[in-house]
Amino acid sequence: MSTIEDIAGQDEPTAPAPISPGFDWVRLVPLLTVFAIITLWSLAASRGWVSKVFLPSPLAVLKSAYQVSVSGFADSTLLQHLLASLGRVFGALAASIVVAVPIGAIIASSRIGRGIFDPIVEFLRPLPPLAYLPLIIIWFGIGEASKVLVIGLAMAPPIIIATAAGVRSVSRDRLNAARSLGATRSQLLRFVVLPSALPSIVTGIRIALGAGWSTLVAAELVAASRGLGFMIQSAATFLGTDVVILGIAVIGIVAILLELLMRALERRFVPWSTHL
Amino acid sequence: MYKLHIDKVTFAYGPLQPPVLADIGLSIGSDEFVAVVGRSGSGKTSLLSLAAGFLKPTKGRVHIDGRTVEGPSAERAVVFQDDALFPWLTARQNVGFALKLKGIPKAERERRVAELLAHVDLAACADKAIWELSGGMRQRVGIARALAADPEFLLMDEPLGALDALTRERMQEFLLHLWQDSGAGVLLITHSIEEALFLATRVVVLAPSPRRIVADIPVTFGRRLLQGDTSRAIKSDPAFVAARERLRDLIELQDFEV
Repeated sequence: MSTIEDIAGQDEPTAPAPISPGFDWVRLVPLLTVFAIITLWSLAASRGWVSKVFLPSPLAVLKSAYQVSVSGFADSTLLQHLLASLGRVFGALAASIVVAVPIGAIIASSRIGRGIFDPIVEFLRPLPPLAYLPLIIIWFGIGEASKVLVIGLAMAPPIIIATAAGVRSVSRDRLNAARSLGATRSQLLRFVVLPSALPSIVTGIRIALGAGWSTLVAAELVAASRGLGFMIQSAATFLGTDVVILGIAVIGIVAILLELLMRALERRFVPWSTHL
Repeated sequence: MYKLHIDKVTFAYGPLQPPVLADIGLSIGSDEFVAVVGRSGSGKTSLLSLAAGFLKPTKGRVHIDGRTVEGPSAERAVVFQDDALFPWLTARQNVGFALKLKGIPKAERERRVAELLAHVDLAACADKAIWELSGGMRQRVGIARALAADPEFLLMDEPLGALDALTRERMQEFLLHLWQDSGAGVLLITHSIEEALFLATRVVVLAPSPRRIVADIPVTFGRRLLQGDTSRAIKSDPAFVAARERLRDLIELQDFEV
C-alpha cells in the first residue's frame, strides 16, 4: 500500500510568492486629503473668511465634543446620545433580520412567494424614509416603536434581496451531494442551504446597517429626547453649529467603524464566503 | 452482493426534447468496478445522475434487486468532478457529514471519521479548511465523505478529471486499492480510455446519436496492480496498449456512423 502514502507528499498546495516589499506612497493620498480639508477649515475659521456662527474652528468643535461628553447637551452626554442611536439601529436590525431572512428564503424558493413579496420589496427599497415617516407617525404615534420601525423598513429590503440571492445561488452539486449522503429536506435547509446563503446574508446585513444608520437622523426627528440625530436637530434650532458638526462627525465615524466591524465579523464567521 | 440495474432506461429533459439516453440496459454488481467511457455529449453524466436518483427515467426504471430507486440515497454515494465539498466545514467535518445526518453519537462518529481520514491518508490535514487543500486531497476528502455513508455503490463522475497527470496516476492506484478494501460496487464515468482500462473490471462504451451502449468489455489490468505490478509496467504492456487502441478505434468509429 505504499501508493497511498506517496500521494500526500506529492500534491501539497504551495504558498504563493510574496509580493515584493517596498512602501506604496499612493496609500498616503487619502490621509493627505483629510489633512488638507482640516487645514482649509482651520484657515477659514481663524482668518474670518466665514463667520464663526456658520463655521466654528476645528478646535471649537473639539472643545464642544469635550463639553458634550462631560456635561452633556440637552440633558444627555455624547455617549448617551450615541448609545440611544446605536440601540435603535441595532434593535431595528434584529427585528429586520428576523422578518427579512425568512421572506428572502421564501422569495428564492417559491414562485408564488416571489409573486407575493417581490412587489412590496421593490416598492419599498427605493423609497426615501422621510417620505413614509409622517404616515408612520399617524399610524403608530411618536413613541420609540415608530423610530425603530422607520429604521427597520430601510433595513429589511437589502437583507431580503441578499438572502434571496444567496439561497438561489446554492450549488446544485452540493445539494445533490448532501441528498446522496442521506439528507432529509429539513437537514438540507439547515446544513447546506443556510451555510451556503450565509455569506450573502451577512453582506446584506452590512448594507442594511449602512442604510439604517443613514436613516437615523430622519427617525430621530420624531419627538426624540436622546440620540445623535436629535442632538443635531436641537442644536440647529439655536445655531449651535459646533454641536451640529460634532454630531455629523460622530455619525460619520461610527458608520465607518460599523462597516469595519461587519467586515471583521464576516472574515471571522463566514471565512468560506470567497470559496463558495 | 447487490446488483444495481439500469433497466431499459430512456431519458429526455422534456417531452419535446430528443432523448439523451435511449433504451439503456446496464447492471453493476457490488463487487464490480464498471467504467463508462465515451465522448463528451454521449450522456455519461446523465447515466450517473439516473443511477444516483438525481434524475428520473422517462421510460424504464433503475432498481437494486427489484427495489426501485426513487431518489438519492446513502446506499448510492456520489463523488463529483468538482468535489462539491462543503467549504463551511473542515475536512474532518465533511467526512463526518453522513454520520451526523444519521445521528450517530459523537464518539462513534469521531472514531469512524479518523479511520476514514487515515484510509485516504489525510489524517494530518483533518482540521484544515477545504480551500487549503490541493485538488488531489479534495477528491480524497470527497471519496472519504462518500465512503462514510457506507454505500453499496460508489458513483464517480470524472473524479480525477481536474487533476494533473502525475497526481491523476497516483489517484488511480489509490482508487483501485480503495475499491478492493471498501466492498462497494463502483460506477466510474471518465473520458480517459486508459483510466477505464486500468481501473475497471468492465469497460462500457457509450456512443452518441443514438446514445446507446456499443460495447461492454471485461478487463483485468487493474488486478495486476493489486497483485504487485507497477502502473507503468501495466500501461506499457503490449496487451494494454493493444486494448487501448482497439477501444479508441471503437469510440472514434462511432463518429462516422452518424
